[in-house]
Amino acid sequence: MSRNHVSATVNGDPVEFLSHPGATLLDALRDDLGLTGSKEGCGSGDCGACSVILDGRLVCSCLVLAAEAQGRRIETIEGMADGATLHPLQQKFLEHAALQCGFCTPGLLVAAKALLEVNPDPSESETRYWLAGNLCRCTGYDKVIRAVMDAAADMRQARVPA
Amino acid sequence: MSDVLDRPETAADLKVVGTRPVRPDGADKVTGRATFGADFAMPGMLVGKIKRSPHAHARIVSIDTRKARAIPGVKAVVTAADFPDLASEVMEGGESASNMRDIALNCMARDKALYDGHAVAAVAATSSAAADAALAAIEVVYERLPHVIEVEAAMQADAPLLHAHLFTAGLDTPPAKASNIAARNRLARGDVDAGFMEADAIVEGRYVTAAVHQGYIEPHATVAAWGADGQCQVWSSSQGQFMVRTYCAKVLGLDSSAIRVTPAEIGGGFGGKTTVYLEPLALALSRQAGAPVKMVMTRDEVFRATGPTSGAVIEVKLGAKADGTLTAANIVLKYQAGAFPGSPVVPGTMTALACYDVANFEVTGYDVVTNSPKVAAYRAPGAPISAFGVESAMDELAIKLGMDPIALREKNAVRDGVKAAYGPTFRDIGYVETLEAIRDHPHYAAPLGPNQGRGVAVGFWFNVGGESTAAVHVNEDGTAVVVTGNPDVGGSRAAMAMMAAEVLGLTVDKVRPIVADTAAIGFSMLTGGSRTTFATGMAVTQAAQKIVADLKRRAASVWEVPIDGVEWLDGSAVCLAPGKTRGAAMTLAELAATSAKTGGPISASVSLNAQGAGPGFAAHICDVEVDPETGHVTILRYTAAQDVGRAIHPAYVEGQIHGGVAQGIGWALNEEYVFDADGRMENAGFLDYRVPVASDLPMIEAIMIEVANPRHPFGAKGVGEVPIVPPLAAVANAVRRAIGVRMTELPLSPPKIRAALDGR
Repeated sequence: MSRNHVSATVNGDPVEFLSHPGATLLDALRDDLGLTGSKEGCGSGDCGACSVILDGRLVCSCLVLAAEAQGRRIETIEGMADGATLHPLQQKFLEHAALQCGFCTPGLLVAAKALLEVNPDPSESETRYWLAGNLCRCTGYDKVIRAVMDAAADMRQARVPA
Repeated sequence: MSDVLDRPETAADLKVVGTRPVRPDGADKVTGRATFGADFAMPGMLVGKIKRSPHAHARIVSIDTRKARAIPGVKAVVTAADFPDLASEVMEGGESASNMRDIALNCMARDKALYDGHAVAAVAATSSAAADAALAAIEVVYERLPHVIEVEAAMQADAPLLHAHLFTAGLDTPPAKASNIAARNRLARGDVDAGFMEADAIVEGRYVTAAVHQGYIEPHATVAAWGADGQCQVWSSSQGQFMVRTYCAKVLGLDSSAIRVTPAEIGGGFGGKTTVYLEPLALALSRQAGAPVKMVMTRDEVFRATGPTSGAVIEVKLGAKADGTLTAANIVLKYQAGAFPGSPVVPGTMTALACYDVANFEVTGYDVVTNSPKVAAYRAPGAPISAFGVESAMDELAIKLGMDPIALREKNAVRDGVKAAYGPTFRDIGYVETLEAIRDHPHYAAPLGPNQGRGVAVGFWFNVGGESTAAVHVNEDGTAVVVTGNPDVGGSRAAMAMMAAEVLGLTVDKVRPIVADTAAIGFSMLTGGSRTTFATGMAVTQAAQKIVADLKRRAASVWEVPIDGVEWLDGSAVCLAPGKTRGAAMTLAELAATSAKTGGPISASVSLNAQGAGPGFAAHICDVEVDPETGHVTILRYTAAQDVGRAIHPAYVEGQIHGGVAQGIGWALNEEYVFDADGRMENAGFLDYRVPVASDLPMIEAIMIEVANPRHPFGAKGVGEVPIVPPLAAVANAVRRAIGVRMTELPLSPPKIRAALDGR
């Protein structure tokens, strides 16, 4: 089976990989690029564990073909912290105990970052609806929502762009 | 162990326990670095996949794998013929007993496929595409058989039989005929008929729950490598690496010493990862292929072939005097077991009346095999189901008597010294306190609007102890490592580090907790039954106490004073003995740096079988609003009070309460297995099997009632399971109050609510 050569930018770095015609962006990230922070919980776009930002837009990477990444800019959980300095959302998730098993956490963090990029001051309801595409079975979302809103408040205070 | 030392007697003495530090594995989990089951890889690894029965019930006439084996890149094909045909053997697991023959047959069907999705063959190949081609090329000839999934249909005398040699256990007279009823169990006390004669009010109801899945977001995953010398390694996501080792050894006929299991991070389990599905198959494939094999389930496979918990029918009859005193209860529970015996009907029976002090009762349970996936433990297994029936009936009784539902429960509440319906006498329980907490909470008095209702329900779970091992090693700089054998499902590493830090007098950041493989730590039962913080925490605490005893001995020898002249205070040995060293102190770091001169490495291990787990009680209030046009139920407000013993890390205790409540709400409102006429699951994905999403839920207020368990060094009780017990009825009771109609069948989906509204 012939494979497609794909060049893209992941977390600011140029990457190249060969993809099978049916491979998803999630497959490419995990299997070809070794970025296993994005998770496969369903493979059908229902759980959000594979959330990444593709050219500024939040997507489920399991619903994007790897070949579609050609020439695109992709942000994953691995690019969220600035070196050893955690993003305010990551820090707030830790402080609020907003994770239990941690499997959905990368997707939730990427989705929350995308939220704060378009809405730096989300209400609880806006936060809940934005994150409705990210399933979490452990937390009941309570501490997740608190962590996101607390991070948003801190970022507004510090005028940190998401 | 008898040397309980320097035990903090009150919460005020505690410096670490009861605080909310950042969890030690947190950074890895927010940066994507944590290695979950599917994240592990080995050089030369093959892709393993499973061929599954498309039929709910079929005899396997033949399996021809020749074409599959001929496909380039296919390295192994296994069927039941590649596994020993095990004799029936019951083993105690972490949460319940399991029959190894059934576990083996559930991993790989032998003569019959018993449910849609039952594994019949597995392949390993150099690529996913080759593995898919091999699955398609395996030719299985089935003889389809009639199937049965609904529990009461399966109990009928003329129902299709799943197992020709299954005879109902627990009957007064041994049955002559095989049946799908695997067992009947019964709890009884007093004179039920006389109790109902005494009653001024009697309520009766028949309640139905659907089969629901644990719904962990991480699908099952494993990598297995069978060495040329027969030494095997397994990496997998499970609730217990020792469970995986034991089950693989049994299913494959190996010595446990030949298998080393390394636990991956686990992406949720809730009981569903207390057994094996993939690991024995991956090992068998690896043996045949001579290469490591990785297997990862799809979500469809997770729904069709793992979990769920039972769908059930619950018949409840309660009698009470006019003042609310319960006089009698008669309860019949019928639980689906799935393809093999072992539904959680026994704990369902034992918990049904555990909150109530009632003189006369009979609770009868039926464990019924059905052509659906073999059920697995799910958070307080069996208890939410029986509680749905009993708590709905209690609400009906409150309405009939014109009593406040909390007052009715207080009237009949179990207290210290009461003999529980399931046998033992309660000690140090905080049940009444949870009732008082919700009674006095502003939520209970808050006004309600039109189409809104408020429901109350309570719940009970035993919590267990059991076998655990822990080791504490002091490093040369006075920091420490805590080693346990329990996968961290929801923050238990933090709790382990905190308990060790408390005893050693260190700050928690100086203690590194790790979860070790089966070759690196002694046996520990799996993470389940809300046992880890209690039982493994007890082992950690005792190991740290042994370290402190050793450090005091070392300091005493340096100071040349008797050991009882040395105290351990805030991480230092302090000399209290008279003489020139009186008042001298040596820190843990100083003692660690000089350990070579005082006896060598400072290290201790404790293995124990923890007894005295304190039971958990919970009392919940739920407010709903029912949309009269669509029948949609919105959860407006939720308050959950729970006796948690002493909360080691309160934020993760609250998290357990939040999570249990959310799963219970999903069970109440949305979740169910839907089968077509052929017995195939129709909603094997998260789009159609709808777990609660963030916009479905309000904030959940968790009230922690701390009635310490005196049989744990810090007073801990298990906290993870009981929060899922009350919500099913709390939601249904709220709907009853909102619409005036008793809803008896879960889930309370919009069509059912609409029908109820139309029927008013």
